[in-house]
Formats: sequence, structure tokens, C-alpha cells
Amino acid sequence: MKVVIRHQKREVEVAGRRRVRDVLTELGVNPETVLVIRGAQLLTHDVQVGEDDTIELRPVVSGGDA
Amino acid sequence: MRCRKCGGAASVEIRRHHTAFCNEHFTEFFDRQVERAIEGERMFTRSDRVLVVVSGGKDSLALWDVLRRLGYQATGLHINLGLGEYSQESQRKAEAYAAGQGAELHIADIPGEFGMNVEEFARATGRVSCSACGLSKRYLFNRAALDLGFPVVATGHNLDDEAAVLLGNLLHWQTEYLARQAPVLSGAEPHLVKKVKPFYRTAERETAAYAVIRGIDYIVEECPNSVGAKSLLYKEALNLLEQAAPGTKQSLYWGFLEHAQRFRAVDDPALRACVHCGQPTTSEVCAFCRMTERAAERMRIRKGSPEASAPLAGAGRQGQTR
Repeated sequence: MKVVIRHQKREVEVAGRRRVRDVLTELGVNPETVLVIRGAQLLTHDVQVGEDDTIELRPVVSGGDA
Repeated sequence: MRCRKCGGAASVEIRRHHTAFCNEHFTEFFDRQVERAIEGERMFTRSDRVLVVVSGGKDSLALWDVLRRLGYQATGLHINLGLGEYSQESQRKAEAYAAGQGAELHIADIPGEFGMNVEEFARATGRVSCSACGLSKRYLFNRAALDLGFPVVATGHNLDDEAAVLLGNLLHWQTEYLARQAPVLSGAEPHLVKKVKPFYRTAERETAAYAVIRGIDYIVEECPNSVGAKSLLYKEALNLLEQAAPGTKQSLYWGFLEHAQRFRAVDDPALRACVHCGQPTTSEVCAFCRMTERAAERMRIRKGSPEASAPLAGAGRQGQTR
């Protein structure tokens, strides 16, 4: 399956047929810091993703002062 | 995972509340958190005109959107920082949202008014970029609210932002800053407008989820100047704690609010009008005018011409908002 890592502007291929949380663990991504999106749908971390799926990891953390 | 409300497939898990919701019921939850913040802290009412500072990012566009949906009179203000393509894209996002919703948007254009951007402000004064940027934004939204007659300014600062600022203030025991950290900063007649943070109860991940569910097209890319910002380091640390112990950020910040009175300043320094621009300050010339004057001076020196004209702080007050 394809994972689009939006904030790093890169895509990686990882094994599918497992839960979102396992994909995040493999990629070393803290689940608190991203949304996981398939199509236009947000996924919770227990959702099973398939071998042919494409998911986006969208960062939620912004920095700076205001 | 199932939605706690309807039992359908959940889309957003909220670990700190041991719960999950589908899109519809997450939005309902989100709305309720925002309403509780606004009403509980007496931020404003539906009869007040609210100026929302809209960067084009997820938090500010989500704030503008939720306030409008909930029936508040929310007008946008975008501040163009002059950071190349990033600023252009940010402004495009704010303008596209306004156009799509038929919402009123004002623009404050820093390079257009001052002839330089916030990076040049920072370099001239030895401030870090985020500090010069924050000072500029606070100055410009206060001025715009006064010029346009808004009694209150709302920003998209969320629970994570506030927890990160708090952690930084605690690590260095900056008690003056602790005294001033609150979801509502009351104004002071006649120059300082009330500032409020309606997202102080909602986590950053929740505002992002709201923006995605609502189909809001926001700028996902991070500000190029925020790389290495201390606030990101504090957020990373807090997110590690949150992952291991959900609710840590909420407990830190909401707990602080319960005890904040201990840090409140006994005497707030008296405010007066800056002799150059009329904005509120504790000294003769406000920090923003001092910064822009130094930046203008630096530019004159670099050009090698003491006579070379450079915009002065407070000059050109017409036309910077629309």
C-alpha cells in the first residue's frame, strides 16, 4: 500500500492488510501528530488498510508564536 | 471503532475522553466545546461583531467556519507576512474560503505597508522570526479591530498551542508571562481590544479533523520560519507524553487555568498611547514602532543612503485593510 506523508513531501510503500496504528508504528509516527485519511475519510487507528489502499498522513502540528 | 453517539463507524478517536465519533457527531462534539469556551469564559455573544485572525491554516479557518455556522458575526482578517510563496498561498486560502462562503475578509499587508517582511523585522532587532512575527500580528490585529470598530478579536490558538506556551513559560519560570496567559485577555479603553481564544478547549488534532470533515481547503505546509521553533519542540515533548498518557495536555493547561490566579500580576503596568502610532504601550514608543524603525534604519544603511526614504512605522495607515 502507498502512504503519502504530506509534511515530508514523500510517498512510501509499506505492507498492507493491517491496522493503521501498525503502519504508524512502522513509520515511527506518533499518532497524536497526524490525521490518517483515505480518500476523503478520516480513519481511526484500528481500521484495517488494504494492500491496494493509498492513505495520507496529514500533520496536525503547527508552530510559531502569535 | 464505533461512534459513541450513533454506533456507526467512527472517524475521530478522542483518547483523552476515551471516546470516538463519526463525522456528524464529532462536529456536534466540537461545536459544543467551542460554545462552552465562548459562553463559559464570556468571550462574546451573537450580538457582538468578532474579528477572526485568519492565517489560512487549519485552526484559523476552522475557527472562522465554526463561528459562522454557530451564528456568530465573524469577519476575517488576514495578515500577509511577506514570506514569499508561503504567504501568497496562505492569503489565497483565506480569500478562497471567504469567496466560497460569501464572508467578509480584510487584508493587512506587511510588505505593502512597510516595504519589508517580518524576517527583515527580525533581523533588524535580533529577535527570532516567530517573535517578530507574533509582535507584528498582535499589533496589526489590534489596530485593524480599532480602525474597523470590532470590540473583540478571536484567534485560532488551540489547547496544544496553549499547553506548549505554558510548558515553555514553566520551564523558564517566566512568571510575568504566566500572569498573562489566559483564554481571554481583556481589553483596555481606548486602545487595547479584547482578545479571545475559543479553541482553548479543543486539541490541535481535533481542529484539524474538523477542518477535514468540513472540507476546508487550508494550507497544510508549515511556515518556513517555524523550523526549529521552540514551540514545536515543546509540542513534540507534550505529544510523547500524550501518547503514553492521554489527557496530559488538557490536564496541564486546564489545571493551570484553575490555579492561574496565583500568578496574576498585582499591578498591570499602565498603558498609554504610542507617540508615533497611538497604539497601546507601556513606554513612550511601542515595541512594534521601535522594531519597524530599526528595520527601516537598517535598510537605509544597507542601501548606503541616509536620505533614502523608507516607510516609517505608523505611516500609511490608509489602505492596509480592506
